[in-house]
Amino acid sequence: MQNLPDARGHFGRYGGRFVAETLMQPLADLTATYERCAHDPAFLEELNNDLHDFVGRPSPLYFAKRWTAHFGGARIYLKREDLNHTGAHKINNAVGQALVAKYMGKTRIIAETGAGQHGVATATVAARMGLECVIYMGVEDMRRQASNVQRMELLGARVVGVSSGTKTLKDALNEAMRDWVTNIENTFYIIGTAAGPHPYPMMVRDFQAVIGREAREQILEKEGRLPDALIACIGGGSNAIGLFHPFIHDHDVALYGVEAAGRGLETGEHAASLVAGKPGVLHGNRTYLLSDDDGQILGTHSISAGLDYPGVGPEHAWLKDTGRAHYVTITDDEALKAFHDLTRLEGIIPALESSHALAYATKLAPTMRADQVIVLGLSGRGDKDMATVFEANE
Amino acid sequence: MSLIKTCFDRLAREHRKALITFITAGDPNPEVTVPLLHGLVAAGADVLELGIPFSDPMAEGPVIQAACERALAHGMTLHKVLEQAAEFRKQDQTTPLILMGYLNPIETTGYDQFAKAAVKSGVDGVILVDLPFEEAEEMMAIFKAQDIDLIWLVAPTTPPARIAKISPFASGFSYCVSRRGVTGESQLDVNAIAEQVDAIRESIRLPIAVGFGINDAASAQAVSNVADGVVVGSAIVKRLVDSHDPEVAGQEAFMLVREMRAGMDRGVEAKLLEDWNLCVQNQLPKKISPLE
Repeated sequence: MQNLPDARGHFGRYGGRFVAETLMQPLADLTATYERCAHDPAFLEELNNDLHDFVGRPSPLYFAKRWTAHFGGARIYLKREDLNHTGAHKINNAVGQALVAKYMGKTRIIAETGAGQHGVATATVAARMGLECVIYMGVEDMRRQASNVQRMELLGARVVGVSSGTKTLKDALNEAMRDWVTNIENTFYIIGTAAGPHPYPMMVRDFQAVIGREAREQILEKEGRLPDALIACIGGGSNAIGLFHPFIHDHDVALYGVEAAGRGLETGEHAASLVAGKPGVLHGNRTYLLSDDDGQILGTHSISAGLDYPGVGPEHAWLKDTGRAHYVTITDDEALKAFHDLTRLEGIIPALESSHALAYATKLAPTMRADQVIVLGLSGRGDKDMATVFEANE
Repeated sequence: MSLIKTCFDRLAREHRKALITFITAGDPNPEVTVPLLHGLVAAGADVLELGIPFSDPMAEGPVIQAACERALAHGMTLHKVLEQAAEFRKQDQTTPLILMGYLNPIETTGYDQFAKAAVKSGVDGVILVDLPFEEAEEMMAIFKAQDIDLIWLVAPTTPPARIAKISPFASGFSYCVSRRGVTGESQLDVNAIAEQVDAIRESIRLPIAVGFGINDAASAQAVSNVADGVVVGSAIVKRLVDSHDPEVAGQEAFMLVREMRAGMDRGVEAKLLEDWNLCVQNQLPKKISPLE
């Protein structure tokens, strides 16, 4: 397989740069700066130091012994991104982009957030670097992720509620783009997922690929061989592409991306853009989208705010079309059950996003042999989801 | 010849500037859209832009975002926008009509199908906010075959080298974005706009219209002095009243367009007078310095 994206940011027919003219040159400048950074030993050293000392990497690869015994079949390892500083994989990318912002001399950071994990990660790196920080968040998400709003504000960020459209992540992204196009001189936009206009899908993937690089090394050490399958949840798809990417050329490693089926695909209340959507253009890239017959973007539903997004990163769209990765879905109820199962069996409270990957593992592992191995991206911890989980139990 | 070119040629002969007005199709409600278009022409608009409502209008300020939401709430679709265009064209065969919107509804319909339907509906040009020329190869070929002008934006962040790259694809007119940011009202720096217009003229040999932030007769007049036309959107949309009676819905907006028209025409008169004065002064015998 060729190295993607191409020079114009395409993954096959997906990706690209579909933005207002005002952003075209700034995106070209960002691409050039990022490419310089990615080959600059000083930049890479600073990044690695931050990942080690500030984020707490490498994150452990943990053998889930009781979980494996309980469900049977393949041995399941959890890549513990929940143990990162701020509690999710989002910080890997925020640290990386903040460094790029520093190299570009920007003084103001903006970001969009859904569940609030990316917002917290961005507010964290902005605080650490003494930069002004504005986070856009749908008012609906602010309600269901109130503790993350408080964390961002503690960190000194201004959280701006977005009440247009569906009042969730997609609308927060629109609003962040509007801020960026207005304040482009001094502002760096840290996009939280591997989507958006080129170079974002590439840049975010590169910063998240540390997950897969470590997992690869760790599983070789523990099992002496590569895993048979990888599983990760997919909203925009940054933790999944980060885990998958270093294994893409290993054709014996099956890749499973798990989308949110919400209340069930048949109800229309879901966020499964790869499984149930069609190609289109939104937020700067061509990718699979949930839209109606007129091309209007549809509202989505997932119990997990981090998966509640009508698009997906363009590299996943390409991996789907080429058949390299498989995309499947898990409902709210299945995710909730996995949330409780992992908590009780392993003493780890997972994020509701990650619970989708866990729920799929309970289906896949029993179909595999006991000497086979699955590595699962445990993308975040579940403290932020307490209110949602207790609400669902009532 | 395209209506857009005919229109700008006529204005140039008359030493006048184009007043280009924008409304969102279906806002404040679908029944009044076609009457509003005719009304805008009567009030002095030279070119009409009709916005295709989209659920995620990333480049719009709050006024046009709200217009999109209202229009979609009334069940507007791309198909209905084209029906409105055709309805308008039945009674007006000379005013250029341009559709402005985002790529996804058109991609969903299919480029070819959209282009054919647009021509049939009397559409002369299309502006797609989130489609840069780099991604438009296929669309440009299809639009060219259908004789629809694809109109490109040039922003304050577009450097001369990039303007030169846009130039071979330019058709209709060049849309100069007056400032960084989204659509909506704001203070304008006319000197900066003049410089930007000059930079565009270096490469693109088409009329240049300036949009974003033009909100009253004074700003329309000031900007039209340095360009070939002005685009007014949010200031009009903001003045539309939610009524099923087009007279009520459009009254304030029409007043604004009339004032802008008058201001721009006054600006032209003043400029002509200034040129005439200069010309006459140059013909006068030079004053003789006392030292000679």
